[in-house]
Amino acid sequence: MTQKFRLAEGGRINRDRPVRFRFDGITYHGYEGDTLASALLANGVRLVGRSFKYHRPRGILSAGAEEPNALVQLREGARTEPNMRAPQVALFDGLTAESQNRWPSLEFDVWSVNSLFSRFFPSGFYYKTFMWPASFWMTYEKFIRNATGLGKGPVGKDPDRYEQRHQWCDVLVAGGGPAGLMAALAAGRAGARVILADEQSEMGGSLLSDTSEIDGSQSADWVAGIMDELRSMEDVTILPRTTVSGYYDYNFLTLLERVTDHLGEDPDGKTPRQRFWQVRAKQVVLATGAIERPLSFLNNDRPGVMLAGAVRTYVNRYAALPGRKAVIFTNNDSAYDTALDLQRAGAAVTVIDVRKAPRGARIDAARAAGIDIEDGRVITRANGGKRVTGVIIRDLDESGKSVTGGSRSIGCDLVAMSGGWNPTVHLFSQSRGKLRFDELLAAFVPDKSFADERSAGACNGSMRLSDCLAEGLRAGLAAARDAGFNVRKAPTAPKADEAEVGATMPVWLVPSGKRLGRGGKHFVDFQNDVTAADLHLAHREGYVSVEHLKRYTTTGMGTDQGKTSNVNALAIMAELQGVSIPEAGTTTFRPPYTPTGFGAIAGRNVGAFMDPARLTAMHDWHVEHGAMFEDVGQWKRPWYYPRDGERMEDAVNREVLAARSAVTMLDASTLGKIDIQGPDAAEFLNRIYTNAWLKLPVGSCRYGIMLHEDGMVFDDGVTTRLAKNRFLMTTTTGGAANVLTWLEEWLQTEWPELQVYCTSVSEQWATVSVSGPYARHVVGSLTDYDKLGPRDLPFMTMAEMKVAGIPARVYRISFTGELAFEVNVPRRYGLALWQAIWEAGRKYGITPYGTEAMHVLRAEKGFIIVGQETDGTVTPMDLGMDWIVAKKKGDFIGRRSFARADTARPDRKQLVGLFTEDDPHHVLVEGQQLVEEVKRAPPMKMVGHVTSAYFSPNLGRSIALAVVKSGRERMGETLYAPRLGGGRPVKVTVTDPVFFDKEGVRARG
Amino acid sequence: MFLIDCPYCGPRQQTEFHCHGEAHIARPKDPDAISDAEWADYLFNRSNTMGVFYERWVHNHGCRRWFNVARDTVSDRILAVYRVGEKRPKVTK
Repeated sequence: MTQKFRLAEGGRINRDRPVRFRFDGITYHGYEGDTLASALLANGVRLVGRSFKYHRPRGILSAGAEEPNALVQLREGARTEPNMRAPQVALFDGLTAESQNRWPSLEFDVWSVNSLFSRFFPSGFYYKTFMWPASFWMTYEKFIRNATGLGKGPVGKDPDRYEQRHQWCDVLVAGGGPAGLMAALAAGRAGARVILADEQSEMGGSLLSDTSEIDGSQSADWVAGIMDELRSMEDVTILPRTTVSGYYDYNFLTLLERVTDHLGEDPDGKTPRQRFWQVRAKQVVLATGAIERPLSFLNNDRPGVMLAGAVRTYVNRYAALPGRKAVIFTNNDSAYDTALDLQRAGAAVTVIDVRKAPRGARIDAARAAGIDIEDGRVITRANGGKRVTGVIIRDLDESGKSVTGGSRSIGCDLVAMSGGWNPTVHLFSQSRGKLRFDELLAAFVPDKSFADERSAGACNGSMRLSDCLAEGLRAGLAAARDAGFNVRKAPTAPKADEAEVGATMPVWLVPSGKRLGRGGKHFVDFQNDVTAADLHLAHREGYVSVEHLKRYTTTGMGTDQGKTSNVNALAIMAELQGVSIPEAGTTTFRPPYTPTGFGAIAGRNVGAFMDPARLTAMHDWHVEHGAMFEDVGQWKRPWYYPRDGERMEDAVNREVLAARSAVTMLDASTLGKIDIQGPDAAEFLNRIYTNAWLKLPVGSCRYGIMLHEDGMVFDDGVTTRLAKNRFLMTTTTGGAANVLTWLEEWLQTEWPELQVYCTSVSEQWATVSVSGPYARHVVGSLTDYDKLGPRDLPFMTMAEMKVAGIPARVYRISFTGELAFEVNVPRRYGLALWQAIWEAGRKYGITPYGTEAMHVLRAEKGFIIVGQETDGTVTPMDLGMDWIVAKKKGDFIGRRSFARADTARPDRKQLVGLFTEDDPHHVLVEGQQLVEEVKRAPPMKMVGHVTSAYFSPNLGRSIALAVVKSGRERMGETLYAPRLGGGRPVKVTVTDPVFFDKEGVRARG
Repeated sequence: MFLIDCPYCGPRQQTEFHCHGEAHIARPKDPDAISDAEWADYLFNRSNTMGVFYERWVHNHGCRRWFNVARDTVSDRILAVYRVGEKRPKVTK
């Protein structure tokens, strides 16, 4: 197809590099340098999407980030991305895009019937319609999702790579238009480290669409000269295609750089698709420009109704003519530039200016060019369906609120509208700057800065080119100075010949001569299909606050976040309330400025890199021997070792039985280990743990529980005295880091007089726990057997010796309740030790076991697991562990809280065991509630809950641990455990929590 | 994201630190000598200041030292950073 609307010459496109692309299945041609939007316009494509609620036909409105209509589904398969703004999509060869929000096709869309039923879609439609009955939401949601244009998410895994950069700079300049370029140049010449970022493919901003002269040269040539100098500066980083998306505390800003999006593919297999920058800037210069406002007239959403500045951009920058017979509708001077450029490009032009007898150089130039100017008039209605075919105009009366006189029709295929300009204050506002309303511009402009930043140019309310250049220069110099640079030779501001700008005459709601809501719609928010009538309805229903209005009508939501609609909506609301616009207030500008994909935010931290996996020295062996793994904190721990075809429960039962009948081995390397040294180490432990530590002999181990100051259990473990002033503490696997922080906190903040030093040594040791009746035989065959005897190495002691020729610490501690030796060696010997024990244990049938069997074994013994039997509301007494709480040693953390009325209550939940009564094989579910009396339906009085439940192969039945109110007084009582999802509640008997070897003789043997 | 001037390391990103709540809450010297209500006050009650707030931070991905920060909770500006044991400085917003 030919590019019928491509101008014969001009534009910043590369006519030597034609590009093919597909839109809705049809192949078109464009040029390198085009955006999807400019190429579609050049091909005469006007209808590009359907609207969100009414499915009205929509065309391209803008030429930038503010685009509310032309949202497309870009690319295909795993790379597909919804809601991409066509004016910001760089064209590349082979690009595919689909229109959104239509079915079955853009030309014929069944949901456009919504438009006929629009009186059923008023403000607050979702709240009024879909919220009741609540159970129907599921049905509604499906319907809404199908009917609305949220696009489609990709199905496959994102094949692209994303990177993150952390950077600092002296001056960050956001925006590379005239003000931004001058700021970067001034700061760069001062020697500052500068980052200059702009969302466009090249620097220049409005100058790329402009025809004016700067210092006697064409604006584009002037930009090229400045860029040459900036590129020559070593400390200036130039980032095109980079959106400054967020402005956070202490000048921390996020930037999204689209590195290869414009190429379609990664050119060398090494380049990321996007790069997410996190920049800390000493000073920031905001030069983010301004966004043009639409005018709210009847049917202002017809394809072919565009923003005037955007039309100018398409004509001058892309050599694409959006229409041949244009009507310019404006309330300010800027659109006259568009009128002149359109005429020069060969279009017939009529200007409708709401201002009566406007004066100024631009207007004179238009008159001189023979352009018809209809002043003091408005468009009361746009005609046409899938594209605009004409407008009706009438005189605006003196009030500016209604029309008079007869109507006249003008045929056209393009309406270029300008309702004035809103400075792009998003980043300024995010930085907590305060805005003020400028009456001359009829817009919000920056007032008081909060952060170390300055606004310059159009975003500061300066709409003349010469002012933008001068302001940018001043801002760049001041930023460099505040960043600590001596500015010796300041560059002078370039000269631009430009006419004075006349005042804007706001007409927030263009009267149609009919009652609002009749004869068509005045769209205020195109993306969310919010009309002026919706705002009036919300007002009648009593919505006063701008934040409420926003949520109720959905104005300013969606992917464009109201870039073209917020101020118009606010102004209409202020008019209705009879207050000034600043009195009505503004909504909050939140980051990001434009949508940012999660891929870029995640960067390389996906898949295996999302969280580090901690592996023990024996990990490969576990993998080779078919272990299933469980995540414990960041550690990968063997869960169980299934043999060929074995189900989990069979494997676990086999491992559990082996521990009590023969011998087993466990990789216990992951337990937290903290080396505690110093002359006050014993005193410190005495305060941290509930039991006494001063008299623990060297070489002995002791189990300890630590509490928070509220008296609740927070971690436990065995600590061993290695020397008079040195202990090795073990903690739970998941709690290791928190315990170390806890210890350091007390030492640094409360007891700085104690001389104690804590070092994490969790990673320095590999631990094999050998457990079972033959444990001594197995370990003994690898060392001097006599050193392991009951009197040589009694229960709860430690000795250093060589095991399998490796220097080791051997602890006689047991978490299974069996005779057990925990052999600790430096990590690098871990695998060698494991293999040696495995070989030595073969003749005893040694069985490796995982965490699941470990849990069953300890539950058979009634040993608690912190975080399972405890949840931060459990005291040692609740656990029946009064014996571990020292009565005479003096104060320790948490002790005072035992005397609090709530902690001393007799009806606290206490640890008990449970047996299922009817079916001994039925295993309860962890977290299952326990009740005394079963009722037909909740609520029932709950007296406790199951904390652990397993099948115990040694008992040949199920067991459970639970916490139950006054549990110790309920031995033998029957309780009921209702089941999730119904079914008969399970009858249980309360028992002692120790199910096996109550006297504990086996571990001591 | 804050930029926090660790008194031991210098300015670092907030992600290197953890906040541990209100500063200058001393553990009672003799817990048994005070009432349950006073003990509960020490345990649970913290001020919810609008304005200058003194709080504890730890540089847990750095030097692992605790220190105190005076922060304006309205502006989030850090007004002073000082070491544990030092007197709380007089600051103005």
